[in-house]
Amino acid sequence: MADGSIGLWTVPLAVLGGAIRVSTPFLFVSLGECITERSGRINLGLEGTLVMGAMSAYGISYLTGSPWLGVLAAGITGALLGALHAGICSLPRVNDVAVGIALMLFGTGLAFYLGKPLIEPTAPRLPAIDFGWWSDIPQVRAALRVNVLFLIGVALAPILYWAFRTTRWGLLIRTAGESSDAARAMGHSVLLIRLRATMVGGFLAGIGGSFLSLFYPGSWNEGLSSGQGITAVALVIFARWDPLLCLWASLAFGGAAALGPALQSVGVTSGYHLFNAAPYILTLAIMIITCSPKRTLTGAPAELSITR
Amino acid sequence: MDFGRISRRHLLQGGAALTLGAAAGARPAFAADTTIGFIYVGSRDDYGYNQAHAQGAAALKKIPGLKVVEEEKVPETDAVEKTIESMINLDGATLLFPTSFGYYNPHMVKMANKYPKLRFEHCGGLWTDKDPKNAGSYFGYIDEAQYISGVVAGYTSKSGKLGFVAAKPIPQVLRNINAFTLGARLANPKATTQVIFTGDWSMPVKEAEATNSLIDQGVDVLTCHVDGPKTMVENAARRGAFVCGYHTNQSPLAPKAYLTGAEWNWEALYPKFVKMIAAGESIPNFFRGGLKEEIVKTSPYGEAVSAEARKHADDVKAKFLSAEGYTIFKGGLVDNKGKTAIPAGTDRGQKDPELEKMDYLVEGVIGATS
Repeated sequence: MADGSIGLWTVPLAVLGGAIRVSTPFLFVSLGECITERSGRINLGLEGTLVMGAMSAYGISYLTGSPWLGVLAAGITGALLGALHAGICSLPRVNDVAVGIALMLFGTGLAFYLGKPLIEPTAPRLPAIDFGWWSDIPQVRAALRVNVLFLIGVALAPILYWAFRTTRWGLLIRTAGESSDAARAMGHSVLLIRLRATMVGGFLAGIGGSFLSLFYPGSWNEGLSSGQGITAVALVIFARWDPLLCLWASLAFGGAAALGPALQSVGVTSGYHLFNAAPYILTLAIMIITCSPKRTLTGAPAELSITR
Repeated sequence: MDFGRISRRHLLQGGAALTLGAAAGARPAFAADTTIGFIYVGSRDDYGYNQAHAQGAAALKKIPGLKVVEEEKVPETDAVEKTIESMINLDGATLLFPTSFGYYNPHMVKMANKYPKLRFEHCGGLWTDKDPKNAGSYFGYIDEAQYISGVVAGYTSKSGKLGFVAAKPIPQVLRNINAFTLGARLANPKATTQVIFTGDWSMPVKEAEATNSLIDQGVDVLTCHVDGPKTMVENAARRGAFVCGYHTNQSPLAPKAYLTGAEWNWEALYPKFVKMIAAGESIPNFFRGGLKEEIVKTSPYGEAVSAEARKHADDVKAKFLSAEGYTIFKGGLVDNKGKTAIPAGTDRGQKDPELEKMDYLVEGVIGATS
């Protein structure tokens, strides 16, 4: 202990720190996708939105010197991509899954193209709040340096949960997702509801991207997302379209991502590929445990093209 | 080059017409309007492997009469063959640098057989007698520079714990980890290097997590072997640790934390290659070298490097540059499982092919290759 090492305590601490540091993009993308899917549409393009968000946030932060403007720009970029998805899907006989895949490739390709000159410069980053002030162990303080976006994401999950149940807008989104006929009979435009839901979903996913480039790992490069957007979309199914479960699932995925490196650092070196695959093994395990041939997925919106 | 008469359709038909056209159009030596093609596997401004090559290409652009064409993010698949074809047939390239390891076999070898009058220079491959004579492979002994980084790291570390963020346990990476550790143990015989493998060449989130985990373990000097060291350098500097760079000079990213680094020196090598060809000399098909041959270099020392460390590191560097050279992997080397890696009495000099098959971590490294 005298040399500043905390031995095996590194592992739980790294998992806790990882849950806080790595989970935020998962959280924002999955909450955004939750809104979109509850309205009866799947937007698989959120991987592209995440990467575009990361790139535009970094670019705006670099050009204006204000990371918060970067976050806003990422959100707007995401909302525009969401509007594009919803716009194309409004046309008759368009498959939302196919459009989503196209937009995923479009988003990442465009971000790589526009992001070329941004790889080298260093942009101002988002500040962190020090929640570890009470501890004199530097490792604990480092693990508890929390970004505001994470706190917003954590607060957003129960708010969404409440909004889906009790607010007029939440009920409308759910109506559009469960039975578009019912929504239409009530005099609402289903397409308009889905447009707004997809734009809000894109907005949140874009903000998730800004966290990647402006906080952790904290710079723009082309391998930045490495599939986190896609994982987050899958998380929504895993979390049964429930915002609160999305929060727990995101935290679990973030913690699991930290497990591999942390175990290696304390000397558990065998099978690190297996530990690196921990998030995916976790998904498979839960999917297998919860699946049943006798019923459809609980909580799945009835209008969703994959469940219909 | 005389490709004006070949229509697009002929190009698409490929095959014989192309080979004939290229054979007829190829020049024996470099004339004033020579075109050189560079192919990168990633982005050329990644502060890493690809940027190092792009800096070499930029040095060629400054030479009058040379035209350089570049393509980034070309995967290690058939795609590189298409890129080579288009560089030859549309841009008229007569010298090609496919810079990524996986381009070599079968892709570049196939192209070199198809265009026997053009010259292909590959970075990192192992050219053998069976390969075409117009192809060559070059690489640098960057472990020499890592060894010097290790010396500096050994002096700078207060805890004696060093960290290494590595991609995959392949020989080139293991050689760097081992050289870094052996260098550090010159300065501090008790120094250890903790290694974390992320599993792939570009995994920014894993690299950041690895960096944080190492620092949580008390590591206070880090280096890496991944494609883009930017993530490790920035995250380590934020936590107050020191870093040694890799591939290129990353000191602009963390001026206070940057100690030194192992860099490629392609901007010295590539103009040398071009001059050799222009003078009618042939480049050896199997080309290797280290600090002395100016294929690798070390970054200038950062402000945190003590005078003692500078002196020791400069002494070691002078030995590498001297006529008799310097051997990193000496006889009697023990691996971190206690087994003898190199038997006593057999020094393995840099050109020893056994070193290119390295599969062990030396004593002092905490970690395992599998």
